Amino acid sequence: MDMFTLFAVKLIQVLIIAQVMLLTVSYLVYFERKISAWAQSRVGPNRVGPAGLLQPFADVLKLLLKEDIMPEKANKLVHIIAPIIALFVAFTTYAVIPIGPDITLFGLNIPLSVAPEIDMGILYVLALTSIGVYAITFSGWSSGSKYSLLGGIRSSAQMISYEISMGFAIAGVLLMAGSTLPTKIVELQSGWMWNAIVQPIGFIVFVVSAFAETNRLPFDLPEAEPELVGGFHTEYSSMKFAGFFLAEYANMIIASALIVTLYLGGWQIPYIETLGWAPEIVIPLQIGAFAFKLGALLFFFIWVRWSLPRFRYDQLMDLGWKVMFPLSLINIVWVAAIIMIFGIK
Amino acid sequence: MELAEILFLAFASIAVVTAIFTVISRSPVISALFLVINFGALSGLYLLLSAQFLSVVQVIVYAGAIMVLFLFVLMLLRPEKEDKYFVVNRKMKIFAVIVGLFLFGQLAFAIFASDIGQTVSIESSRSEQIGKIAYIGENLYTTYLFPFEAIAFVLLVATIGAIVISKKKLD
Repeated sequence: MDMFTLFAVKLIQVLIIAQVMLLTVSYLVYFERKISAWAQSRVGPNRVGPAGLLQPFADVLKLLLKEDIMPEKANKLVHIIAPIIALFVAFTTYAVIPIGPDITLFGLNIPLSVAPEIDMGILYVLALTSIGVYAITFSGWSSGSKYSLLGGIRSSAQMISYEISMGFAIAGVLLMAGSTLPTKIVELQSGWMWNAIVQPIGFIVFVVSAFAETNRLPFDLPEAEPELVGGFHTEYSSMKFAGFFLAEYANMIIASALIVTLYLGGWQIPYIETLGWAPEIVIPLQIGAFAFKLGALLFFFIWVRWSLPRFRYDQLMDLGWKVMFPLSLINIVWVAAIIMIFGIK
Repeated sequence: MELAEILFLAFASIAVVTAIFTVISRSPVISALFLVINFGALSGLYLLLSAQFLSVVQVIVYAGAIMVLFLFVLMLLRPEKEDKYFVVNRKMKIFAVIVGLFLFGQLAFAIFASDIGQTVSIESSRSEQIGKIAYIGENLYTTYLFPFEAIAFVLLVATIGAIVISKKKLD
């Protein structure tokens, strides 16, 4: 593939992923409202379009038409930059996540991931999520409001604490795969050798950390309504608020995609290759399997939010440092032992 | 111009400009913000030198962990009154200028006294190899095992020290 075709292919991939992402994010908000309604025996949005299906568009229009209020004591530049950082992180992390095996289209071999061969692989996701903390920290600081500041500080502490367990949980997966490339990690989970089954402790630690990192209930202390009004985004309105709102849902999708890639076998369907079907049937099925796993996890995220109460701040820190961190270390020892005994390499 | 050159100029100019703003900004939080952008640009420069691991670690460790802790402290202490510090303490200002000039002189000497005309040439395939995670990991655990473990020990001592000191204040 020459430089120009490569560039064109990547551009198309990026555009498709960005569009699908935006659409998924807006419908995720719709599903969140529908599932919450179902959990609380209500009807949920049902006015705009059939079964309320056009609700996301109405929401976006509403947010666009709202007045954009800039607090008097805010640091203007940082106040505007913060939601941009949040969205930037939320939409760039997808580059390394493979949604299917390599396909051949018009005689070109196309991997279904924007940047499949970069050596840092999964570490790229970690680097970007660690930048994501700034969106919340800066929005909290720049608003010039005590609620925002408290939310921002809480959030930085929370994200740093859980990033450590998350990093160690990923280390277990990397030990198993012997590579940081997501494509390789997925390929090595063929059959039922899913990492969720081989290293269940790491899986649980990662899922809990993912909830904490995306600021979802039961860990949504940065925006705990009863105590902090709206937390870090108290002073945000109109599309700047929508930026944070979209970023939260986009982050949920990234977290789910990461869990699928690292622990649930990615796009693999166990033993589908033994059926001997043609690749034209198998590959769409595999992409569908990725979407199905992703959807199931997203449902789980929403389900948990409407089932569990919020943690207290000290409970959150205790869980992070005294339970999740030791568990992630135990997981590394466990994986190392498995590799030693069975000689998986 | 080649793509690599354009990218180098872009990253290098961002790094220089943000470094200047880090020093001259009045608010410490804004300073920190520029320092983070500076780290980002630096990580881009590492990437251009095909040091993939170094560039990603630069972001994870410096931009993602250390600067967040800095910001955390800055936001808790709210050091807005500090900008009058040098107005009140004239002697400290003179001292700071002298130390600054001394450091600048040292750096300038180190750069200009070294042989700048000399070009280091490594084949690009080899430098690509060196930047990869597998190569770095292998060397850390074989050739440089002792220094690596020694650094790990020093860090452990520092961590325990920090915990002991903060515990004392609580009791």
